[in-house]
Amino acid sequence: MQSIKGIWKVITASSVGTLIEWYDFYIFGSLSTIIAQKFFPAENPTAALLSTLATFAAGFIVRPFGAIFFGRLGDIIGRKYTFLLTLVLMGGATFLIGCIPSYETIGAWAPILVLLLRLLQGLALGGEYGGAATYVAEHSPAHRRGFYTSWIQTTATLGLFLSLGVILSIRRIVGVEEFTNGNGWRYPFLLSIVLVIVSIIIRLKMKESPMFSKLKKEGKTSSNPLKESFGHKENFKMVLLALFGATMGQGVIWYTSQFYAQNFILTKCNIEYEQGNSIILIAILLATPFFILFGHLSDKIGRKNIMLAGMLLGVLLYRPIFNELYNIADTTKKIFVSEQNMQPNILAQNNLIAINSFEDGTTEKITTKLNTDGKATQKKEIVLSEKGKWTMILLVFVMVLFVTMVYGPIAAFLVELFPTRIRYTSMSLPYHIGNGVFGGLVPFIATLITTLPGTNWLSGLWYPIGVALLCFVIGSLYLSNKINHSTNE
Amino acid sequence: MNSVKRFLGIVWMLVGPVVFIMLVISAVNNIYGDTNGQVLGDISNPVPWIIILAIFLPIAIGLSLFGWYVYKGDYENI
Repeated sequence: MQSIKGIWKVITASSVGTLIEWYDFYIFGSLSTIIAQKFFPAENPTAALLSTLATFAAGFIVRPFGAIFFGRLGDIIGRKYTFLLTLVLMGGATFLIGCIPSYETIGAWAPILVLLLRLLQGLALGGEYGGAATYVAEHSPAHRRGFYTSWIQTTATLGLFLSLGVILSIRRIVGVEEFTNGNGWRYPFLLSIVLVIVSIIIRLKMKESPMFSKLKKEGKTSSNPLKESFGHKENFKMVLLALFGATMGQGVIWYTSQFYAQNFILTKCNIEYEQGNSIILIAILLATPFFILFGHLSDKIGRKNIMLAGMLLGVLLYRPIFNELYNIADTTKKIFVSEQNMQPNILAQNNLIAINSFEDGTTEKITTKLNTDGKATQKKEIVLSEKGKWTMILLVFVMVLFVTMVYGPIAAFLVELFPTRIRYTSMSLPYHIGNGVFGGLVPFIATLITTLPGTNWLSGLWYPIGVALLCFVIGSLYLSNKINHSTNE
Repeated sequence: MNSVKRFLGIVWMLVGPVVFIMLVISAVNNIYGDTNGQVLGDISNPVPWIIILAIFLPIAIGLSLFGWYVYKGDYENI
């Protein structure tokens, strides 16, 4: 096994690369509104179709496909070179998205190129995680595998933190106008190439995983990892158990606590953009150490109970927490103090802005815009008082804690479920179906549920609650809480 | 307890196809149905539905297969 110094080098090299891959994947999502304006004009049906494909195909089809493709490669040629390749692919694709001229300049080529690069991003992400988790786990001593692999688990959340932080910083530096309508939005994409080059240099210095090297030396690596993973019943039944008893629930908890919460705060609670995102940023930052804590704890008391407790807490508390988030921002329940009306400037003469103040310090800005068709549209932006803001941070923090419980120990859990010769392939697929498909479907199915009669703003939560509950029951009945220390075979 | 676990295998076998059929019905209703003027974005767009149904079909089959393995007692010694 590795020396203590050696294992931290392994963790750093793996985590930094994975963090950058998540950053690359998230900035596209966070800037999707601007990207849609620049590359996918809604009035063009082909561009609109390509936009839908970019949204759905990258997460739902290409990620699991990337898991299979790179997983196979990682089990045949090795972990190190495979996850170096995914890093190059991801970084290159992200950088190039920042370079593509807009639809106005090159027409239909713009959305086609963006779609292709987004698909490459999904493919690379599908291959990265399994490689990084396997690589770290195969360097770790068995009794501390949960602790060491939990560092990899922080990267998905820190990637979101980094992407939001970079976007908010650049938006402030260049100004909202330049960021939205000029070239400012391109900088987060272009920055990626610097981060990726640094990460590649670090990773190139690393050696192949000792377990894989040993297998290779003995000529025991798999010649057909796909067949061994999914064609042999003994292994395939564990893939199914990992998916339906762990990663399916983990995916919806992960997505709901971070992305659904972010969207809910910005669009349902109408919190002002910077304040809404800073609430998410602070909550994530405060909760991140708990990934490590729960990973460490899983070495002592087992992986299963911690992961399932996180799912159960989500099932029981999502509705009360989201209801409270809504109540904090609900101005109809606040005591009104004053109203100020203004017409900001001559160019915006069709805009009327009303600023309402409330007793608790909350302010509400209502912009009424008169459209050319004579109809008026209203946009509401709420800036919460310090107390309201910190209450929201606390609620989001609690939800991210659920994420740390299900997500902290899962890399060690998945690694221990499969043998070294087909580990990369076997663990990558259930992970990416759980996260990419079940997690990624949260906004779509949540919207679908709210179209049913008698539903309200909380009804969309029945999807993550239902999936997490099903996963909790399956996991409780069929998973073992025993830690499998013998992952060498 | 083992007999309860095995019996639930039948439930898991049924959940897969039931969820898939519900998704197909939802897809048809939302693509061809009347939305009463509601703006539903991707919900009424056939492309996401095709992708979702295509990816959910093997997952539903996988859940049924999982139920079958449970029913046969393949997870009792884990």
